[in-house]
Amino acid sequence: MKYLQDIGSYFLMLKRVFGSFTKTSVLRHLIFKEINDLIISSLGIVAFISFFVGGVVAIQTALNMDNPLIPKSLIGFATRQSVVLEFAPTFISIIMAGKVGSFITSSIGSMRVTEQIDALEVMGINSLNYLVFPKIVALMFYPFVIVFSMFLGIMGGWVAGVYGGFASSSDFIAGLQEDFIPYHLFYAFFKTFVFSFILATVPSWQGYYMKGGALEVGKASTNSFVWTSVLIIAANYIITQLLLSA
Amino acid sequence: MIKVEDVHKSFGDEEILKGITTEFDKGKTNLIIGQSGSGKTVLLKCLLGLFRPEQGRIYYEDKAIQNMDDEEQRKLREEIGMLFQGGALFDSMNIEENVMFPLRMFTKQKKADMLERVNEVLKRVNLENVNKKFPAEISGGMQKRVSIARAIVNKPKFLFCDEPNSGLDPKTATLIDTLIQEITHEYDITTVVVTHDMNSVMEIGEKVVLLKHGKLVWQGTNQEIFKTDNEDVTNFVYSSDLFKKIRDVQLKEG
Repeated sequence: MKYLQDIGSYFLMLKRVFGSFTKTSVLRHLIFKEINDLIISSLGIVAFISFFVGGVVAIQTALNMDNPLIPKSLIGFATRQSVVLEFAPTFISIIMAGKVGSFITSSIGSMRVTEQIDALEVMGINSLNYLVFPKIVALMFYPFVIVFSMFLGIMGGWVAGVYGGFASSSDFIAGLQEDFIPYHLFYAFFKTFVFSFILATVPSWQGYYMKGGALEVGKASTNSFVWTSVLIIAANYIITQLLLSA
Repeated sequence: MIKVEDVHKSFGDEEILKGITTEFDKGKTNLIIGQSGSGKTVLLKCLLGLFRPEQGRIYYEDKAIQNMDDEEQRKLREEIGMLFQGGALFDSMNIEENVMFPLRMFTKQKKADMLERVNEVLKRVNLENVNKKFPAEISGGMQKRVSIARAIVNKPKFLFCDEPNSGLDPKTATLIDTLIQEITHEYDITTVVVTHDMNSVMEIGEKVVLLKHGKLVWQGTNQEIFKTDNEDVTNFVYSSDLFKKIRDVQLKEG
């Protein structure tokens, strides 16, 4: 019953987010601030993880190739497929659920605890539009983070494959170009958009509707990570089933 | 003026407000007092429109808040200033931005004009040279004063204060009380203060409303509160050791 209530409250929140808009000049300023807090500040960790995971994918593929008949280009092919289809859109989104999600929940939760949200409401401001809408807009830029992650993941694979002595540069690049299906990019970016919406709204819901004090802010941040991850994984499964297996 | 007519509010099966009827006068500091759990804050939130009463009406200058559409309620809220218990200043903004916030949201003034008004109200609450500081960098008393400045910057018609001097030392608490009363008279606004501090009652209680278990049990001025023989009032007032001792001394002196 509680889960049904929570789902209802989430959708009611979404309705309020898109109603009674904040003054445009204020909103513009908030959107730029959120782009900085949520997108720009995440680039470092995304770059680090993408580069090394891409490298690991290349090394593991190379180490599992026992048969000499399998071409070395498979290392580049496997790296591209892993990074573009799953690692960048999904794995990075789970990491972002931890980094960005808990930041959103704790910042909105702290505002709830210290009556800052009440202050907005008393002033006649739609606090959900003021707080959540700029985050949704900022996370529309999230696909750029994924492009960045894809590029660095493949770069990491190339560095590990070539400098690790597993494949020549030309083999690796030939593998990258082999059997390329542009539709896979549509699939990857479609799910990235869905994940970005989940990343903006689920942690906001957790923070906005939390009750209690500082301890509950911590609990809400943990719940936010758990539920955002669960929803990303579930959405990933459904989208993959719908877009790739048809 | 704000008129409250037979307001009932429940949470689940528990009825918190049981038919409150009173008036809060313009140009006066109106105090809602009572013990913890008496329904003071719930009444305040009903007045602010944050809680919707199940029964009864709340009138802002003869217009019932319940009959207002969303746009009218939004307009009304632009005329309301609120001082929260903890100040409720926005952590991410400095003092200047905090005070300027209502002007940025609701007016089309130029930045220079807004800045002039911000400096004017900061000066009015005896705060200068704090514009670029953040809320975490100033004391609790200063935060309350910034919060008052933010509440009055857009020249409201109604000012609400929730426990304005909680957590403050007696001297700063008196300063805040005096400031609230001065601003009420200066701007000729309707001020409603929720408190359980008897010092505030003595200092600024031009009209006092006592709540007990969600019912209004007494109303009058701060002069009348010490003369009444209403049992609920005497129980509340003399639950304070200080006032009990003052009364004992007065009784001894005849």
